[in-house]
Amino acid sequence: MLNSIGREIPDFIPGYGPVKPFAGAFSFPPDCQRQAPKVKMTVPGEIKLVTSLEEVFKKIAITDGMTLSFHHHFRNGDGVVNQVLAVAAKLGIRNLKIALSSVFPVHEPLIDHIKSGVITALDTNYLSGPVAQAISQGILDTPVVLRTHGGRARAIECGQLKIDVAFIAAPAADDYGNINGIQGPTACGSLGYAFADAEYADHVVAVTDYLVEYPLSPVSISQTRVDYVVKVATVGDPKGIVSGTTRVTKDPVGLKIAATAANVIQASGLLKQGFSFQTGAGGASLATAHFVRQMMDKAGITGSFALGGITGFMVEMLEKGLFKNIIDVQGFDSEAIRSIATNPNHIEVSANVYASPFNAGCVVNKLDAVILGATEIDTDFHVNVVTGSDGVIMGGSGGHSDAAAGAKLTIVVANLLRSRLPVIMDAVLTATTPGETIDVLVTERGIAVNPKRSDLAAILAAAGLPVVNIHELKQIAEKIAGKPQPIKLSEKIIAVVEYRDGTIIDVVRQRMAQE
Amino acid sequence: MKLRRSLLFIPGNNPSMLQNGGVFGADSVILDLEDAVSPNEKDAARLLVAHALRHVDYGTSETVVRINGLDSFGSEDIRRIVPCEPGALLVPKVQCAEDIHTAVAKIAQAERREQKKVKIIALIETPRGLAECHAIARADERVVALAFGAEDYTAGIGAQRTKESIEISTARMLLVNAAAAAEIQAIDTPYTDAGDDLGMETDTTMAKQLGFKGKLAINPRQIDIIHSVFNPSQQEIAWAHQVIQAIRQAEAEGSGVASLQGKMVDAPIVNRAERIIKLTQVLGLSQEVVPC
Amino acid sequence: MGNTLNTAQAGTLESGDIMLIVAPASAAGITIELESIVFPQYGQAIMEVLQKTVEQHGLTGIYIKAIDRGALDCTIKARVLTALARAGAVLKEELL
Repeated sequence: MLNSIGREIPDFIPGYGPVKPFAGAFSFPPDCQRQAPKVKMTVPGEIKLVTSLEEVFKKIAITDGMTLSFHHHFRNGDGVVNQVLAVAAKLGIRNLKIALSSVFPVHEPLIDHIKSGVITALDTNYLSGPVAQAISQGILDTPVVLRTHGGRARAIECGQLKIDVAFIAAPAADDYGNINGIQGPTACGSLGYAFADAEYADHVVAVTDYLVEYPLSPVSISQTRVDYVVKVATVGDPKGIVSGTTRVTKDPVGLKIAATAANVIQASGLLKQGFSFQTGAGGASLATAHFVRQMMDKAGITGSFALGGITGFMVEMLEKGLFKNIIDVQGFDSEAIRSIATNPNHIEVSANVYASPFNAGCVVNKLDAVILGATEIDTDFHVNVVTGSDGVIMGGSGGHSDAAAGAKLTIVVANLLRSRLPVIMDAVLTATTPGETIDVLVTERGIAVNPKRSDLAAILAAAGLPVVNIHELKQIAEKIAGKPQPIKLSEKIIAVVEYRDGTIIDVVRQRMAQE
Repeated sequence: MKLRRSLLFIPGNNPSMLQNGGVFGADSVILDLEDAVSPNEKDAARLLVAHALRHVDYGTSETVVRINGLDSFGSEDIRRIVPCEPGALLVPKVQCAEDIHTAVAKIAQAERREQKKVKIIALIETPRGLAECHAIARADERVVALAFGAEDYTAGIGAQRTKESIEISTARMLLVNAAAAAEIQAIDTPYTDAGDDLGMETDTTMAKQLGFKGKLAINPRQIDIIHSVFNPSQQEIAWAHQVIQAIRQAEAEGSGVASLQGKMVDAPIVNRAERIIKLTQVLGLSQEVVPC
Repeated sequence: MGNTLNTAQAGTLESGDIMLIVAPASAAGITIELESIVFPQYGQAIMEVLQKTVEQHGLTGIYIKAIDRGALDCTIKARVLTALARAGAVLKEELL
């Protein structure tokens, strides 16, 4: 069947289940209860502290076919996932589903676990590195379920992603299971993506290398939800934790795009007192923030909040009074960690609060402007952030679809041509974020405005900005580079792309050998 | 006269930069075959630039090619590049009017019949070139501008190049004068610290004050700064309108002499005011209906 | 025409460029070995440009090894002509 944006999707996908087709960004209101884990009792004197991961496996009785979940706040410095899976393999456990909120190069051992049958299903919001490449080559029989950050929280709350055991990598914990992300040698800042797991998993294990005397303070994840505490030698590499930081681009074309995007925000009229802003992690997105900051400085504007994905750049804006608050679901560098630990206006939020579409209102709903990237965008403004133009999985929505849906002004920044490849297609290879939530595309050769936003197009043109029809912009790209041949895909579905609300917006089909 | 506020150097041996040269909104792009290219890549750069001229869309930017010196690769550059219809050639290290005559002869020979005449921007970067800049400016009708290269020039006079630039003050002024006397444009030397925006703005403001009409740029980020300095400010535009108003008033009153704020408005002032208004129109800076 | 050719190289591995090695081949015609970061999308187009450019100059018995980093047609043409000229091929002036 075709979903509402014209993507061909089976009614039923083996390994996933019946498909609810995407029907519009807000067209599928919930009709369910929150799922509730079993009520527990822990009597006085019971010891939660366990000497090893292996012992935890035995105490819980982790068995074949279970779903284990992990957060990705240690980014490429993560040590817990590999340690836990090594124990599972050692104990001969098989057919596990791994719900890891993002997969990084450090998770390469997953490939062997998949090949040996320890892991047979993967649920994640972002896939990168060797695991992404291996999945693209079809090593998993069951399709990967790709969600948004808000969607993962929703899926856990509503029972679509049922977690048997949540392993929570804890930078600091006490022997009764209180956890925070700001103390200890492997401090990572906000634990945003761990909250839903802690709230709803059947069993919750805190894994830490920094055990403090009871009670830990402050507390992000409470003892009342944690069943076991394991102390290991190290939960991760602190250098790897901050490895995801991108620098502001120095590329002149990227800077031009960023300056233009900042001009769009200014021309839109949103850049005034109380402005709220989110930027993606790419070089051009960060550069846009740099230009927006200059404009705010010049006009004496104080923003209400910056949201994300937080880096030292945002922290500096907070500390210089350019924003009143930072709302933080994930820290990218040591400055973000320092700030959240010490500044009461730097607020930790869960993925649910940040972006879940099914609650009484998430933070992205209050966003004025967001700057996002794209590997591809089509003439309907649908954006691909899951596969590269070559059909290989190299990412995932993360917060992309969530922020795009919530913000008043969603801007995608992209080079019109990336190594000869035009960024504008007739149809993207993998739709991730629907065009109805994308307002503007900014490239170095012109700005395309979503036809739904004719009001905005008029304002931008009046401000002297180079507004061009998206079809024309595509022609310009193809005139320069030539029209690309399409990638040949097979019928095998290797990933299912779930929108925030649980409907399927697209699937990823394995590419054929391209000779 | 073609606006040449900003002229951006683009290395001729870099396909990616040649491809993107037109997106930065410079008044001119200078595809560089000379200093940016090592001797054993001159042949490669020449072909890259020749093909870029024919296939890359530089938008509203004038295409200029800096050829090599005529004593080395320059002749071959002219032969290969001129038929590709660049807007102008930037001739380096021009020493005397004779150098221009030699270049013009080669260009004329290489031009195709239907082709628009290729212009010349003479790069003055030696002591002798400076001494002869008056003759160079008048040497041929194809010469549309004198540009100044301070790095080579200061090496030539044995002085240290500084940000304060006092060592090039006279050279700058001589060049401006020579260009003005020949009724062509004077273009200032590039500011080489691409990371120093404030210094760039100061240097560009000095250039404007001295009478330069444009500045060479070595990095796209310098272009916006150059334009903001060379564009008439709101005050200048307002002043220009006041001058024209004063003239109109004097004419209406039948008086031979116009005055503004107690000062006589004579021909030079009117010229300057008219130039500002013309520039404002060309740049689309003012929404006001402009008289005359 | 190509039997007095040397082996020559042009271009770089920088983004947007194409590195080419041109050599005399015993076989007639033009043999092209192409590696490209955009092979699925533009591989065929790149081969055609290389082939056509060489043919236009009446050259044969040529082997070309190309490593492409997303070069546009005009860059590919310029690079292959440079390599051929360096290899000693006599090229048609009016087509350069």
